[in-house]
Amino acid sequence: MQFPTPRGPFTAVDGVSLQLGSGERLGLIGESGSGKSTLALALMRLIKPPAQIVGGRIVFDGVDLLSLPEDQMRSRRLADIALVTQGAMNSLNPVMRVRHQMIDAMQAHGIHLSKHEWEARLAGLLRSVNLRPDVADLFPHQLSGGMKQRVCIAIAISLRPRVLIADEPTSALDVVVQRRVMQTLRKVQNALGVSVILIGHDMGLMAQFAERVAVMRNGQLVEVAAVRDIFARPQHPYTRLLMDSLPSLRQRGSYEVAPV
Amino acid sequence: MTAGVPLLELRNVSRVFGGGGLFSQRQVVALKDFSFVLDADTPTITAIVGESGSGKTTMARLVLGLELPSSGRVLYQGKDLARLSGREWREFRRGVQAIFQDPFGVYNSFYKVDHVLTTPLRKFGLASSPDEARRLIEQALRAVGLKPEDTLGRYPHQLSGGQRQRTMVARTLLLRPKVIVADEPVSMIDASLRATVLGNLLQLKRQFGISLIYITHDLTTAYQISDRIVVLYHGEVVEEGEPEQIVNHPQHPYTRLLINSIPEPDPDHAWIDETDEHEENDWEVTDAQLDFEQATIAGQQSNSQKQR
Repeated sequence: MQFPTPRGPFTAVDGVSLQLGSGERLGLIGESGSGKSTLALALMRLIKPPAQIVGGRIVFDGVDLLSLPEDQMRSRRLADIALVTQGAMNSLNPVMRVRHQMIDAMQAHGIHLSKHEWEARLAGLLRSVNLRPDVADLFPHQLSGGMKQRVCIAIAISLRPRVLIADEPTSALDVVVQRRVMQTLRKVQNALGVSVILIGHDMGLMAQFAERVAVMRNGQLVEVAAVRDIFARPQHPYTRLLMDSLPSLRQRGSYEVAPV
Repeated sequence: MTAGVPLLELRNVSRVFGGGGLFSQRQVVALKDFSFVLDADTPTITAIVGESGSGKTTMARLVLGLELPSSGRVLYQGKDLARLSGREWREFRRGVQAIFQDPFGVYNSFYKVDHVLTTPLRKFGLASSPDEARRLIEQALRAVGLKPEDTLGRYPHQLSGGQRQRTMVARTLLLRPKVIVADEPVSMIDASLRATVLGNLLQLKRQFGISLIYITHDLTTAYQISDRIVVLYHGEVVEEGEPEQIVNHPQHPYTRLLINSIPEPDPDHAWIDETDEHEENDWEVTDAQLDFEQATIAGQQSNSQKQR
């Protein structure tokens, strides 16, 4: 994955190889600029020119997504691979009721139902993300941040994708709401057996959600291991730094600053 | 300073938004009967903890004099903010400084980083020559652990979020304030850099004797650095006390909910599957959100009226 810059191409994601099992919960951790969000966009093939994928393959169910024509890729997004981003709640159309936005996404993928069937479908989806069915009648500004994010999860799972990429889905929310959104995501994951890639920089969230954790730094993968191994025996110094920098309620830390 | 007079005091302060609006007659109480005393003799770090809409940012704006209370009084060194003379106001402006959440928004991207450091020196006439200004700035940067040669002469986008926030700490240091109000200073900074900024905040108290009002929704960082925690919920104080007390023996259900919501960095700790003892109705959340948004809009309207 490269971005051209005046000083020559900048490699945002550099030779990353990862496998995601069916129904697996994978955590992808790293800080701003580590390439984790770029990797998510590449998986969706949403990289916009002038940036381009210069090498490698993205194989989904035996098919290389990079070789698909654009119209086929388009029909696979949402249906096979769906994305929920940090700002997903702000991508809801402010002048459209939740109902129409949900229907719109499904109609774009060729689903046509009667009025009655739509109602049942929407109610089921909203209930699955712990929202009341009448949320469908509201406009986005009438919802809290956590509710909007759950509407986005409902849209993301509306076509029963096999892979759900959640890119910092809760970092714009406060802790209480964050937990409820994560509970929703976990419940949905369980019910649908969908594979989830959770992207973030909070080791606490990773410990709670992921089965396997991949650590990225400067575009490269520095460590991939089962979550318990990462926490018990972090191998890479950067992983250890991430763990050590996590404030906890167990022990009051000492933060000394040495003047330079 | 007279002995016994608190440095900063909020006395039964309430702030109500709306009510007289063109579109809405609805009143929103952002802060209700809030009292708070900051001692003049011992520097302390007080954490104000609460979720979005709890009134914590309104409290910060009142302390900074950016907002006037609807009722009650805000006193700085015993004097009511609403009745300060021009000279006293300048003194207040220097004595109470702010560090904000967004280390990107406070910089003008067309100026070098030096600009935010030289401006306060000039405004308050703290340096007699450019050489002295340079010396003071380098001293402040070194104190917060930044190398002047790596920081000065650069543009904001060339620094990391942590470096930018530490430069803001250096800026407040230049003014030798008595109180710093830090509104979510680390929430937009990468996890691995947060510790350095938290270290700077602790250092302000220990090394420079500056008191800090630390506003956050994150109980873990509050627990790590503060001497006292005040938990705000819907504009009211539900609990306050020492960090150990609050975290280990929380009295109010909301405090317990806050503690339970923190994802423990321990894969064996069941967090996702647990159910809340204080399960909140989604519709209440919506109402709270609506109130908050209307309060924000009302606040913006009253501000723009003031400017006119």
